[in-house]
Amino acid sequence: MSGANRIAGAGRLTPARKVRFMFDGEIYTGLEGDTLASALLANGVHLMGRSFKYHRPRGVLGAGSEEPNALMDISRDSARRQPNVRATVQEVFEGMRAGSQNRWPSLAFDVGAVNDMLSPMFAAGFYYKTFMWPKVAWQKLYEPFIRGAAGLGVAPDEPDPDHYSSRYEHVDVLVVGAGVAGLSAALAAAMSGASVILCDEQAGAGGALRYDTDVTIDGDNGYDWAQNTAAKLTAMDNVRVLTRTTAFGYYAQNFVALCERVTDHLSDPHPDLPRERLWQVRAQKVVLATGAIERHMVFADNDRPGIMLASAARAYLNHYGVAVGSKVGVYTANDSAYAAAFDLARAGVSVPAIVDTRDAPGEGLLSTAADLGIDVMTASAVVGAKGRRRISSMTVEGGRGKTQIPVDALITSAGWTPAVHLYSQSRGKVVWDPETERFLPGDNVQASVSVGGCNGVTGLQETVDEAIAAGRSAALGAGKSKRLSLRIEAAGAIDWSGGMSGSARGAGADSTAKTFVDFQNDVTAKDIRLAVREGMHSIEHVKRFTTNGMASDQGKTSNIHGLAIAAESLGRQMPEVGLTTFRPPYTPVTYGAIVNHSRGKLFDPARKTFSHAWSTKQGAVFEDVGNWKRAWYFPRAGEDMHAAVSRECKTVRETAGVFDASTLGKIEVVGPDAAKFLDLIYTNGWQKLAPGRCKYGIMLREDGFIYDDGVVARMAEDRFHVTTTTGGAPRVLNHMEDYLQTEFPDLDVWLTSTTEQWAVIAVQGPKARDIIAPLVEGIDLSNDAMPHMSVREGKICGAPTRLFRVSFTGEPGYEINVPAHYGQAVLEAVWKQAEPLGACAYGTETMHVLRAEKGFIIVGQDTDGTVTPHDAGLGWAIAKSKPDFVGIRGLKRPDLVAGGRKQLVGLKTKNPETVLEEGAQIVADPNQPTPMTMLGHVTSSYWSPNCGRSIAMALVAGGQDRMGDTLYVPMPDRTIEVEVTGMVFFDEKGERVNG
Amino acid sequence: MVETAAMILPHEGNAAGTGVVTITPAAFASRLSIRARAEAVAPLSRALGVKLPDAPKTSAKSRNGKRTALWLGPDEWLVIDEAGADLMAPCAKVKQLHAAVDISHRNVALIVSGKGAEAALKAGCPQNLSLEAFPVGACSRTMLGKVEVVLVRDDAETFRVEHWRSFSDYVFGFLAEAIRDPVI
Amino acid sequence: MLLIYCPYCQEERPELEFAHAGEAHIARPTNMADISDEEFETFFFIRSNPKGLAYERWRHVHGCGCFFNAVRDTVSDKFLATYKTGEPKPDIDSLTKKGDGK
Repeated sequence: MSGANRIAGAGRLTPARKVRFMFDGEIYTGLEGDTLASALLANGVHLMGRSFKYHRPRGVLGAGSEEPNALMDISRDSARRQPNVRATVQEVFEGMRAGSQNRWPSLAFDVGAVNDMLSPMFAAGFYYKTFMWPKVAWQKLYEPFIRGAAGLGVAPDEPDPDHYSSRYEHVDVLVVGAGVAGLSAALAAAMSGASVILCDEQAGAGGALRYDTDVTIDGDNGYDWAQNTAAKLTAMDNVRVLTRTTAFGYYAQNFVALCERVTDHLSDPHPDLPRERLWQVRAQKVVLATGAIERHMVFADNDRPGIMLASAARAYLNHYGVAVGSKVGVYTANDSAYAAAFDLARAGVSVPAIVDTRDAPGEGLLSTAADLGIDVMTASAVVGAKGRRRISSMTVEGGRGKTQIPVDALITSAGWTPAVHLYSQSRGKVVWDPETERFLPGDNVQASVSVGGCNGVTGLQETVDEAIAAGRSAALGAGKSKRLSLRIEAAGAIDWSGGMSGSARGAGADSTAKTFVDFQNDVTAKDIRLAVREGMHSIEHVKRFTTNGMASDQGKTSNIHGLAIAAESLGRQMPEVGLTTFRPPYTPVTYGAIVNHSRGKLFDPARKTFSHAWSTKQGAVFEDVGNWKRAWYFPRAGEDMHAAVSRECKTVRETAGVFDASTLGKIEVVGPDAAKFLDLIYTNGWQKLAPGRCKYGIMLREDGFIYDDGVVARMAEDRFHVTTTTGGAPRVLNHMEDYLQTEFPDLDVWLTSTTEQWAVIAVQGPKARDIIAPLVEGIDLSNDAMPHMSVREGKICGAPTRLFRVSFTGEPGYEINVPAHYGQAVLEAVWKQAEPLGACAYGTETMHVLRAEKGFIIVGQDTDGTVTPHDAGLGWAIAKSKPDFVGIRGLKRPDLVAGGRKQLVGLKTKNPETVLEEGAQIVADPNQPTPMTMLGHVTSSYWSPNCGRSIAMALVAGGQDRMGDTLYVPMPDRTIEVEVTGMVFFDEKGERVNG
Repeated sequence: MVETAAMILPHEGNAAGTGVVTITPAAFASRLSIRARAEAVAPLSRALGVKLPDAPKTSAKSRNGKRTALWLGPDEWLVIDEAGADLMAPCAKVKQLHAAVDISHRNVALIVSGKGAEAALKAGCPQNLSLEAFPVGACSRTMLGKVEVVLVRDDAETFRVEHWRSFSDYVFGFLAEAIRDPVI
Repeated sequence: MLLIYCPYCQEERPELEFAHAGEAHIARPTNMADISDEEFETFFFIRSNPKGLAYERWRHVHGCGCFFNAVRDTVSDKFLATYKTGEPKPDIDSLTKKGDGK
């Protein structure tokens, strides 16, 4: 048995297809196709959650994504768990575990419900006013408590093992909503030859036809027509039908985001299936066929479990075969709820009364009610409901006085709100229609059109006709004009017009009852009136003060009621008060869907160099440098980082070291004006650099500050091989392109990134030449033929090479550039020569120490975007005679030539064992009162094995005039004394490099 | 005697596939980045034996089909020679103003082929890749996931995905993950 | 994601291929070394930052690589026109009447 309230013969599910699931520890049986809500209702469970603020017992309100109450924690296993899932959307599957939320210790007995008794204290604005004083208590007491008590579900604490997929699509026509309107529009567009995506958030097509069983379309039952039409569309090559797919965001230029729930309804999904799929659709035309959402009646205690929307009760009966009660009261302000009442009565459910606020319902309804034995109480109101965990009776006030009618469910309908959310997200402005008292789409600001219920159309044939015309016109707009003859005859639907908004009779301003407007955020009519009394006159303020419509359901059922109550309190008309803007997402979207593929290894590209496998084999520890993985150091057995780096540093200076320098940016600058261009980009002059020679260059931004640096080699008169810092590679190329394309477009020169063309193997140290000599062909490596700062082309290990004689260590050294695919083989050959000589592989840490020993700066570490070449002691690199270069004027700015600027200097700690912390501040007098006057900070600091002491570089105000001075670095536990020195700590004369 | 260095391509061993799509590494090809003003286009085309196309998003093939020239920008072409021939030498003979840079080792490529090829790329490429908008022979620098690629449509169901060498793991990883999704 | 018409590729391309590059039509002085502090201030620091129509530079960095100029409405985010570097500012009146972004 799949629940005592399942009615034999009713609904569309197959009784034999049973599904077992767990809810709050109990095992239940549902049917395949059930939502969690329908399955629980079938089992007589109405109590599904506790409300957010007052912890009031709550049942299910709706049968779709508008549901504010029945939020569940759904899990497959401990990692696959999602909180705040609407029970009305979640389909049951074998083995599913569901749990109610916001209650402790149990749903039936919840300690937090004490808030309900204290509710006079918890009116709107309560937090703002109450927790103001004393100030300190906010942080220590109030906030932690409020945060602990608030919130809905609990986030999972394990990594999500599911995967998510992404797809960009371009279509002629996107149709949102697969009800009568959407299906008709999609059919018209598709038959005209347009490519079409039709999406619907439900598990299948049909929309309102799921419950509105009185509809006949083209001679078929409406729901059957919908299934046949969806099947027909699915079979067409130019159509994609996406069910369980919510169009949640409508962005600029008809870019619509859809989230498809792929596996959440399957008990044992194939592991290759993504849990969800994000579709980012660019459509030439968007047809919005999103229908309308029913509003509940606002009356005292209207949140009792068992009180729900009339259309929802009809859906549970006609689609799921579930009676929401055995004695169902009806409370309505329009005709549409009568259909639900009649269906229930015909299914054998007792309907003791229809309470109608109006004097007279629509034509023929009274006689049908009489035929079915239903008492219709016109000009009446439900003014109360009893029953804490399930409604037990409703109190009716009307012509016959006050009566109490026992019921175990109460279905209500205040009217229908066109679902204009996506239209509003498209930046369209809704317009108030005074005749039908609804907000409807106004002018379309994007290539979209609204059809059917969401456009305020109430007649079914009118809806179909409008949708066909819209689908046809959308296809024509996209240039698809196949002959179309499509006529769909439809009749018998409920009327979506009429009704009321705001609080019903007995729930007016004089009432003290709890009349809920927004169930999810526990906002009552009283709260909204209070907000107005407190001076909130704009609907935006009322919304924020009360939080009406601010829960995750975004006020789908509550916004219009809230607005009506605010308008009434303000004594203004609804359109004067205005509607708040709808923003994405229409319903909550998982982070999984949003990030989709970009997680784990695909979160960010990890760039690997040619040497990665080799370095790994050599035991390298890698560090992240931007997106690059670079070998950091190469520990040998028993070595920690300090020991490994010390050994590497000494070995390079004593013997030699091999280092992968490939990540340095490389740009090939080619053309007759290449030198002229470099003259404009760098501070240095390039005209006189001979082919085969290299030079260290500095480039500035226009403001005069150092932007990047690197060695530039002239390969030929019209060809330079430029290197940049690793991190600077993309932006330096962009900077150069910018100047070339927009400021100096007449120069005959082009730039090409060659960063990845070349594998760069640095061999540095006294034995560098001995190591590479046996491998090199066609290049004279002698000091005379190939001095420091020169470049030669030839072969190494048979591969073409650009061999640089350059040094970032102060040792004689080479940087072997070979086409990258040869890199690993050449490196292995180099290593074969190097290892027997006692050389080592070294990583970025040793590179940093060795360059610091020589006082070479690293742009971005020793400079920070406010350092000029003069500040860095690199004034020599500025050509004196050039008429122009980027930064030439910036360098002359008053502040850049003023005295007292922070300048780069060396620091030696008085105690040579003490290694300063990078970033530490420097002061002249450590005994001055705080806040101290800071002179600068440490930019680089290392233990130098070759100097046998600590070394550091620092930016210090007036630093170059402080040589020999003692300064202080105050730390939390001590103050460190330092001496200001030059920046070269090792081989001050720089003789070794020529060795 | 020193052994001649062997080439090792980063996509070695990177292959994946499903019933509807395969991802295979492209063999080594030589590649040239050509930058030139209009007057050099015809002589360069003659020298290279393939027309440097002048329309955006188009490519041209040499007579034997082994050499392709891709329009990447108004003065920029990527020439790919699948036989691995030297492309610098023929350009060196062209006197008209141009810049040729060898990038044979900067780029590598994956071939994505099969009924599901377009869908695989649509997992990460925001361009319209329908046959109407991106016909056979179309090519473009664009994005795939978080990295820049050059896409070429070799036939209705085959794309060449050119990208920088160091992004190989990412590009392969992305496509291999994308093709797990059976919907095409 | 916006679509931006690249005047070099001659079609609309997804925003992911582009990078914004600051205000357009700020020419670098040809006598850069000699301009006054005030002129440098105007050139380097002062930007119009309008509410409404803005002239901007963009680069089709992951496409053809070209810089180009655009007229964009900073209120609606809409591109009114894009045009090649070096071309004059388009006539705004005609654009606002047409307003189709090409």
